[in-house]
Amino acid sequence: MIFIADVVVHLKPVVNDPQGLVVRDGLRRLGFADVHGVRVGKHIQVELDAGDEQGARAAVESMCDRLLRNPVIEDYRIDAVRAVAEAAAAS
Amino acid sequence: MRFGIAVFPGTWSDRDCAHAVELSGNEAVMLWHKDRDLRGADCVMLPGGFSYGDYLRAGAVARFAPLMEAVVEFTEGGGLAWGICNGFQVLCEAHLLPGALTRNASLQFRCEPSWLRVETDSCAFTASCRVGDVLQIPVSHGEGRYVADEATLDELERDERVVFRYVTPAGLAVGAATPNGSMRDIAGIVNPAHNVLGMMPHPERACEPLLGSADGMRLITSVARSLRRDGALAASTR
Amino acid sequence: MSVISAGAAPPTDAALAEVALSRAEYEAAARLLGREPNHVELGILGALWSEHCSYKTSKPLLRALPTTGAAVLQGPGENAGAVDVGDGFACVFKIESHNHPSAIEPYQGAATGVGGILRDIFTMGARPVALLDSLRFGPLEEPRQRHLFEGVVAGIGGYGNCIGVPTVGGELYFDESYRENCIVNAMCVGVVPSERLTRASARGPGNAVLLVGADTGRDGIHGASFASVQFDDSSEERRPAVQVGNPFLEKCLMEACLELAGDPRIVAMQDLGAAGLCGSAAELAHRGGVGVEIDVARVARREQGMTPYEVMLSESQERMLVVVRPQDVDAVQQVFERWDLHSDVVGRVVAEQRFVVRDGGAAVCDLPLDVLVDGVPQRTAPGPRPERAMTLEHRMWASPWPMEETLLRLLRSPNLGSRRAVFRTYDHQVGDATVVRPGGDAAVVRIPGSVRGLAMCTDGNARYTSLAPRRGAAIAVCEAARNVVATGARPVALTNCLNFGNPEVNDVYWDLHDAIAGIADACTALGVPVVSGNVSLYNESERSRIAPTVVIGMVGVIDDVARHCAAAFASEGDEIAVAGPLAGRLDASELQRLGFGVNAKVAPDLDLDLERRVQSFVGEAIAAGLLHSAHDLAEGGLGVAAAECAIWSGLGLRAEIAELTHPPDGERAPFEAAGILFGEGQSRFLISYAREALVQLQDLAARHSVPLRALGTVGGSRITFSGVLDVSLEAARDAYEEALQPSA
Repeated sequence: MIFIADVVVHLKPVVNDPQGLVVRDGLRRLGFADVHGVRVGKHIQVELDAGDEQGARAAVESMCDRLLRNPVIEDYRIDAVRAVAEAAAAS
Repeated sequence: MRFGIAVFPGTWSDRDCAHAVELSGNEAVMLWHKDRDLRGADCVMLPGGFSYGDYLRAGAVARFAPLMEAVVEFTEGGGLAWGICNGFQVLCEAHLLPGALTRNASLQFRCEPSWLRVETDSCAFTASCRVGDVLQIPVSHGEGRYVADEATLDELERDERVVFRYVTPAGLAVGAATPNGSMRDIAGIVNPAHNVLGMMPHPERACEPLLGSADGMRLITSVARSLRRDGALAASTR
Repeated sequence: MSVISAGAAPPTDAALAEVALSRAEYEAAARLLGREPNHVELGILGALWSEHCSYKTSKPLLRALPTTGAAVLQGPGENAGAVDVGDGFACVFKIESHNHPSAIEPYQGAATGVGGILRDIFTMGARPVALLDSLRFGPLEEPRQRHLFEGVVAGIGGYGNCIGVPTVGGELYFDESYRENCIVNAMCVGVVPSERLTRASARGPGNAVLLVGADTGRDGIHGASFASVQFDDSSEERRPAVQVGNPFLEKCLMEACLELAGDPRIVAMQDLGAAGLCGSAAELAHRGGVGVEIDVARVARREQGMTPYEVMLSESQERMLVVVRPQDVDAVQQVFERWDLHSDVVGRVVAEQRFVVRDGGAAVCDLPLDVLVDGVPQRTAPGPRPERAMTLEHRMWASPWPMEETLLRLLRSPNLGSRRAVFRTYDHQVGDATVVRPGGDAAVVRIPGSVRGLAMCTDGNARYTSLAPRRGAAIAVCEAARNVVATGARPVALTNCLNFGNPEVNDVYWDLHDAIAGIADACTALGVPVVSGNVSLYNESERSRIAPTVVIGMVGVIDDVARHCAAAFASEGDEIAVAGPLAGRLDASELQRLGFGVNAKVAPDLDLDLERRVQSFVGEAIAAGLLHSAHDLAEGGLGVAAAECAIWSGLGLRAEIAELTHPPDGERAPFEAAGILFGEGQSRFLISYAREALVQLQDLAARHSVPLRALGTVGGSRITFSGVLDVSLEAARDAYEEALQPSA
């Protein structure tokens, strides 16, 4: 099966987020006075072959641990893992 | 002539632009982003830098500055606006120029000499150059890859709105001469009225032989001459 | 009068380890205080008594350095040193290490290193005009080392490019000894009209203490003590929250501070660095001979639930303390507001020399400042001077490769090859002042508003210092001076960063001792004072220790920057000569490392008097307009220097050295050719000049008793040493440009 996994990588709560601060202040200047805080992360979509959803999730977790996030400052969350098609024919 | 130089938080070419303008014998005044006042400038320069850190998208936050309202009004009346590097990015974000500037194809910041071929002399910024002239002007950016859809690119070419192309020192547009992977080697463009220029390279860094090139001075001189010639226009839009 | 009750019981060993204090130090503190410090006080003492803040090991040794001179406006002890560079301008500069944070998170570690050194400069009122970085990693072929190298380079660029200060130079070495402890030293140079020079010394009891800039989070708590212990395998867990730099905020902070520099309303400015609010407030008060009271309840926080201890020791970046008179607080705050910077009055200056921390009402810390800042027992040598296994034998070495291949291998070496891949990612031109760009000997930046220029570089060969700490350190000073002299500048002062292992190890302590003595030797001989510096110790892990690494940051002045001298050849037909002796040995050379691994025995010789004469000769020759180019002979020796001059200019050369083809002993000996071409003998320059200048140059050389050896001429498209080596310029350039590229 081909799966698509949506991964969100974001800074750990304790880590300073300059980008979030600028976006927060920018929103406030545009009149969104109710904005308390903004933290910016990134969305990574991984398309992969796997036997089942569990296998796909495990593989993506390992990708996160090894490459997608910087464990020193970032956490990650796997939002969804969904099957999209039959596995591609082996080439 | 009086050049107004925009200062956003994070702008850093403001002082360099002022230096180059003064060296050309013209006057430089600083324009603070929180003010709607262009201080009687004949030409507004939007200099390089990392306005608001460029943290969200380069130029994305600066376009909402009060100063930009005045700039839009000024250019609608025919006033000259000249965006350099981050200023180009701001002009695109503000939709005064089409297209967008994305991450360099190398995925790295590039600070090095580049060679620009003048593609049109039909705007104030290159009026004193000749089409085909090659100017040595350095680049310094991480997000300078010009992209736009094919229709827009065709329109830019057709209307002589591509002002500069990256070329080899000998003047050949060969793609590899582009420091950032810009589509069609585009380094600078103008708006339909030809009074708003955006360019990635830094002419203000190329105004003295001591610093490696004086070719950038030709652009400042072009603007000053055009303004003197069209003095009535500038005066009427103040 | 202390309102603090004594801590209940002496802390456990674990509690002391947490704050990196020894039992003896703790007992000394209790004795000086006349009571047990409480939990908050213990943390604050730990931070301020750390090696990083107190220099408890190095301070007594550093007294050996000459720090005075006619041009010195500010020696060590302030945020940075300052020298008079003429026309009413002061040049403010310093180098600082960020080794430990960079080893953990290379991008942010290097970025915040740049941020920190920038603050040191603009705190003194000077506008930063240049950055330089001295970097060392393990072998580049190893993926982890490439990761560190690329991360550090990206972090330096990320911060410097964003804030708009040009990165104009530095150095880069790869060596096994840095495999587990990389070196990231950042230097910043600033310029200010002398009368606007700002000091960080609090005065006037009752004056307000403003905290400006970023909100305070739990960043890098215990960073100072962390940098003062060696890495072990638990470092991963014990590491403090990594600091993430915000160059945009710092840019605003810099502009606001520069707007206020020289303003009579500003009593003092001090940036927050090691040990955060604690370190900065204590230094500020101690320098001014006053006390300070800080109320942590008034400190704006980024996170909830922070304890007073965390607030005081947080190393959140981009913060500044500013002392102002109470009646000026509003006006000064308005300047910061204009730059969208948050500021709060967090404390006040008090007359009694105490360091008091309150949390709202109650005092949680009350320590005498002299105990806090100066009370730490200074460390002495752990043992007697060790006997060094001295090898006096100078072995001759032949190159294992033919001469052509030898040259190409050296040019391709990551230690010698082109740095373009690095410096093209740094904005090195912003400021419209960079006259000589990175890649040559020293960069030259003109002083805005003056015809003068500043030449600057960093230098230090750790292979030499590990073989002979004293001579190696002296060589580092001489070579840095030579780099500056080659541009036509007069060296005026230097800053130094001393990167060593654990000083509690006797050998390391004595290496440090001797290296400082070597710096002093060369400074005295060349008449160049030390005006600032930094010591980074504990650069070792359980498995390895760095080679003693002395990095010298040198600044020189060119009276008329338009008359600077280039390193690249200038024109076809010019003659080439070596000023200084011919080399003959490959001792400790890059060729020896490449060909035979790390088995060097002897560092190059150094004759300080000859060094001084050679530098004077080249300086005067440039001033008299006799030279078209001058290039320092360094790693890779004459062969590599000649190739560099050729590659940079696109002009070849044809040289002839009699000793190469007719050795003195009458027999052709290939090892001698390698020694002459690639030996790293000191006190030498490769110069080029118009033929007509030769007679005058010979006169000048004779006056300075400097050997001047004509080699041949500039021209063609090959690098030729007759009868020995003949390489096309293209092949040389390809090898040179390949040096830092990832291997396929």
